[in-house]
Amino acid sequence: MARYLLRRTAFLLGSLLAAAGLLFVLLRLLPGDPANALLSVGATPEQIAAARHQIGSDLPLPEQFWSWLAGLARLDLGTSFVSRLPVGPEIAARLVVTVPLTLLAFTLAVVVAVPVGFVAAWRSDRWYGLLLNGVSQLGIAVPVFWIGMLLVTVFALRLRVLPAGGFPRDDWADPARALTSLALPVVTIALVMSASLVRYVRSATLDVLGSDYLRTARALGSSFAGAMWRHGLRNAAVPVISILGIELATTFLGAVVVESVFTLPGLGTMLVEGIAEHDYPVIQGVLVVSTFAVLVIGFGADLAQRLVDPRLRAHVGGGRP
Amino acid sequence: MTSKFAGVVAALALALAACGSGGGGTTGNGAPSGPGTATTIEIGSLYEPQNLDNTAGGGQGVTEAFNGNVYEGLFRLTDAGKVENLLAEGYDVSGDGLTYTFKLRRGVTFHSGKALTAADVKASIERVLAEDSQSARKGNLKVIKSVEAPDDATVVVRLSSRSISLVYNLSYVWIVNPAAKDLATGEDGTGPYKLEAWKRGSTLSLRRFPGYWGARPANDGVVFHYFTEATALNNALLTGAVDVITSEQSPDALSQFTGNPDYRISEGHSTTKLLLAFNDRKAPFDKPLVRKAVASAIDDAKLLQSVWAGHGSLIGSMVPPTDPWYEDLTSLDPYDVELARKELAEAGYPKGFRFTLDTPNYDPHPTAATFIKGELAKVGITVDINVITADEWYTKVYKNRDFAATLQEHVNDRDVVWYGDPDFYWGYDDKQVTAWVKEAEQARTADEQTALLKKANRKIAEDAASDWLYLYPQIVVASSKLSGYPVNGLNSQFYAYGIKKS
Repeated sequence: MARYLLRRTAFLLGSLLAAAGLLFVLLRLLPGDPANALLSVGATPEQIAAARHQIGSDLPLPEQFWSWLAGLARLDLGTSFVSRLPVGPEIAARLVVTVPLTLLAFTLAVVVAVPVGFVAAWRSDRWYGLLLNGVSQLGIAVPVFWIGMLLVTVFALRLRVLPAGGFPRDDWADPARALTSLALPVVTIALVMSASLVRYVRSATLDVLGSDYLRTARALGSSFAGAMWRHGLRNAAVPVISILGIELATTFLGAVVVESVFTLPGLGTMLVEGIAEHDYPVIQGVLVVSTFAVLVIGFGADLAQRLVDPRLRAHVGGGRP
Repeated sequence: MTSKFAGVVAALALALAACGSGGGGTTGNGAPSGPGTATTIEIGSLYEPQNLDNTAGGGQGVTEAFNGNVYEGLFRLTDAGKVENLLAEGYDVSGDGLTYTFKLRRGVTFHSGKALTAADVKASIERVLAEDSQSARKGNLKVIKSVEAPDDATVVVRLSSRSISLVYNLSYVWIVNPAAKDLATGEDGTGPYKLEAWKRGSTLSLRRFPGYWGARPANDGVVFHYFTEATALNNALLTGAVDVITSEQSPDALSQFTGNPDYRISEGHSTTKLLLAFNDRKAPFDKPLVRKAVASAIDDAKLLQSVWAGHGSLIGSMVPPTDPWYEDLTSLDPYDVELARKELAEAGYPKGFRFTLDTPNYDPHPTAATFIKGELAKVGITVDINVITADEWYTKVYKNRDFAATLQEHVNDRDVVWYGDPDFYWGYDDKQVTAWVKEAEQARTADEQTALLKKANRKIAEDAASDWLYLYPQIVVASSKLSGYPVNGLNSQFYAYGIKKS
């Protein structure tokens, strides 16, 4: 296990470095001039040149890359071209919103989707099994911003029980208020996420229900619940866990639409604004942090799979490439 | 005892209910407010500053939040468009108009506690003129040859040529403490508020500055809440999370507020013009007749109706009614499809032509482009709409002048003078207009300046140098509990010190 962890950590750092290099090059290949974000209509050619010089985009590329990498090694993500604020602390400020948002939505989605998906599979021939299946398909088809706007209309504008958007200025100083601000966005993301999760849980459960080993276990005298508990759920969990890892990683940055509908100062919004302004340090910073998060989540999903599936553990010593 | 206790509980419940239904109670974003606590005004805006320095590309957002609130100039441009003394108590102009002597107000301190001196004013003006300055006013202040501070309360500005707009232009020059570090993320001004916190992507909060030299603001602080979406902004006002919207950009949403006694809608004067700017250097738009034909083929009134539902106005030139040299020139190129066809034929394009319209990807440009495409199809002109980002616009249109025609909003007042600069992106080059604009700046009296700019404006309109589609409305929507807010927001300024919440 120690060797496995070591190898995974080395792999994680290597991927991060490769991603950072690739990111840097790809960003520079995009057409556009980061100095443009600072200009106003009426800017003179001298002002344009001054803007380039100010942000350092007139320096040679290797020089820019090395100084960025050196900063990265010191955990310094640089300074935004546009806002002149250090990127690291701003990302930290956004994570205060994005991480709870993602984790709460994820937890809610799992809590809802796993039993619902199970019932939809177990009772796929009953009317409510069919209904759950249908509702989950509908959930996949409906765009996320529409669900968000619907929830705002009902809970914020009509019933006035929850805020329409925004996040407290003092963040989590008052946890109840912060949670209230996150309520609707969390539900929005959880609804969309659970809609697709239900489908995965359902098909994984259907596979298990039709499997030979479950039938054999029943034939050997296990109750349905006992067989399901001992053999079924474990087997069904393996594919679902990898999907969960992907869903969690996607939500981390993919919440940008929800952030915009609810005016949340999250990481996705920061990235989108950075891209619009060609603010390289911001884009690079957000992507490095999110790449790291995605790699860690993948790592976590991998570990979780090993815990539920002894067959994967058996391969550890087997010298997988 | 128990009945007494029940009474207390009932009274408390009532009080709580009253607070809750008051609407001004705890809001989603803001701090609790109400009688007995400090009043904070929650302002909703779509324009977050890019950074906090207007000489480093802070943009429209920092003007809105900081002009007059955190920083002050020697002069103030009031919401009504008048220039009045602010940090200057008065000034003298030499006979030749080349030397201005400003007397500074005494007893003014920066937020850091340092007293304002003439040396600070000198440094602040020089900051705008500096090589790396991104100030939008840098070009207007180029006539300044030198700034001197003979004593602590006197500033002498020498010019290379007369500049009648000098005092007006100085109203945009922030007086900053030059010793302050990092003005892009912090501040040290003399205004009635100091910066409390800027939470990028979310809020910018200003607190009342207790050592302010002037009248105490009507509130204890303001918080600007930034939105990326007009709908979210309107929802915030509807739920009481903000008290006022600085500039409503979603006319469809107005119906939610009209006729509702809880809200007040004010339509003030805007200086933002939507332009169909031609590349006047290149065929076919190098011919005034072609440009006139295009202007006459587009029904501006209908466009304004569809974009702004009856708000806003047609001006027919670059000059909005708040500029002293305004004149209604909508009749010069009236909407007349027959006339457009005739002019096209006369210019040598009886069958029309085809051109690419570079269209910024944000509202209202795409809508306007589609409308123009439909209108011009009627006179045989085919429009290819090329949607570009703001960044591409700067590179392709503004710097490389690689365009046939483009749509762009021009936000500043008094910007007709760009037509006097043949090097500007649209490349309008008329010797007479260039001379008039130059003479107007060197005029001895405001009347003389006004007369010359009127002539210049009429000439560019006759030449259809660009097609001025319409003047934006400036709509402020506020809770009816609010009073004292600016309604014009000239050049995106939003003075917050007069705002009261009842």
